[in-house]
Amino acid sequence: MTARQITLDTTVNGRALSLSVEPEALLLDVLRERLGLTGSKRSCDVQVCGACTVLLDGLPVSACSVLAYEARGRRVLTIEGLARDERLHPVQEAFLATAGFQCGFCTPGMIMAVKALLDDSPSATPEDVREHLRGNICRCTGYASILAAVAVAQRALADGAAG
Amino acid sequence: MLPPFEIHQPVTAAEAVALRARFGEAGALYAGGSELLLAMKEGLAGFAHLIDVKTIAGLAGLTLAPDGRAVTIGAAVTHRTLERSPLVRERLPLVAEMARQVANARVRAVGTLGGNLCFAEPHSDPPTALLVHGARVALAGAAGARRLPLADFLVGPYESALGPDEILTHVDVPLPPARAAGAYLKFGMHERPTVGVAVLLVPDEHRAAVAEARVAVGCVGPVATRLPAVESALAGARLADLEAGWPDAARAGEALDAVSDLHGSADYKRAMAGVFVGRALALAARRARS
Repeated sequence: MTARQITLDTTVNGRALSLSVEPEALLLDVLRERLGLTGSKRSCDVQVCGACTVLLDGLPVSACSVLAYEARGRRVLTIEGLARDERLHPVQEAFLATAGFQCGFCTPGMIMAVKALLDDSPSATPEDVREHLRGNICRCTGYASILAAVAVAQRALADGAAG
Repeated sequence: MLPPFEIHQPVTAAEAVALRARFGEAGALYAGGSELLLAMKEGLAGFAHLIDVKTIAGLAGLTLAPDGRAVTIGAAVTHRTLERSPLVRERLPLVAEMARQVANARVRAVGTLGGNLCFAEPHSDPPTALLVHGARVALAGAAGARRLPLADFLVGPYESALGPDEILTHVDVPLPPARAAGAYLKFGMHERPTVGVAVLLVPDEHRAAVAEARVAVGCVGPVATRLPAVESALAGARLADLEAGWPDAARAGEALDAVSDLHGSADYKRAMAGVFVGRALALAARRARS
């Protein structure tokens, strides 16, 4: 592959797409600028803050530092793809229930990070949760209401809420 | 924003080596991009060609060596895979413990062991834990394949022994001796660690005293390094005493070639290294006794 344009066949939030992108295009820019999915935020730009967290084949990645071309043949999930038929995902409901945000800038990344953890480890311990969220920074809440949201989401999912 | 470049996807190590030779300094090896892309975004490095090694067959392999005495880790294996692989958790628990502590979940999902070692960022976890295992790296180049101890591969900050037409294909990590127990501890106030300490203790057959000790410290100086004088001093030490605290731990840090930087002054790093050598020894000793 030596072209200045790469064909990117991928699935974003359940929708199959074929895009032409430059090799250096970052996943975050394609999501935000080409697809209008502006939930994922650019902040630190160096994989520290987590505001750009999206799931690539279910794994959390920093969309600001992953080449769009890495999404070829893979599934991208962003905050916009979580709700189903107007019904919020249990993790989203939990953040509302505990007021797990104030300004909301970190929230999409935070929620995607929590979803990745709970999909993988539904019974993650509070210690696991803290360790997992070490890479997602929130400057408003002091984290207590976010940790409370994770606990609420864990209970809802355990009780059969559709994740 | 990234500067423009082209991406190349070799499917064999030989193709990658040929691309390295063809592009010279205009080309860079690319795997997870968790170091390279950040450096390029910051304008610290610029390359017209990225050679994606993830498409090379076998580079994502993670297997027990045919002789059963080492684990062979492909260069494109991610930190997340190392953290979770049953083979690594069972046979190289110290490596799994280290991998679990690398950066954050997003970096671990894309960052690779080979990329980490080749980038040779001094504030990094993997080299320290691999050094106490006596790991060896395997390189493929135009002149053929060669293997060398990891300690010889790590030359300095952002500098490895990788030749301009070579690629790192895999890392061989010998299994620790029977009964051995280890610990990897790190400490830092920023995203990257200020100090990382790996300890591997091989107890005697009664699990009472140290038959062999291996200690490595990373992040403090230009490259991660074993501490041979500390290792000698620990031979014969009683595990119960180490668990209670090794009185010479503070001195272990004093001999280090420490560098003052964003992560702390040289004096501070030496002091912290001593503290964490003591803690890692205590934890490893407790594990070795049980």
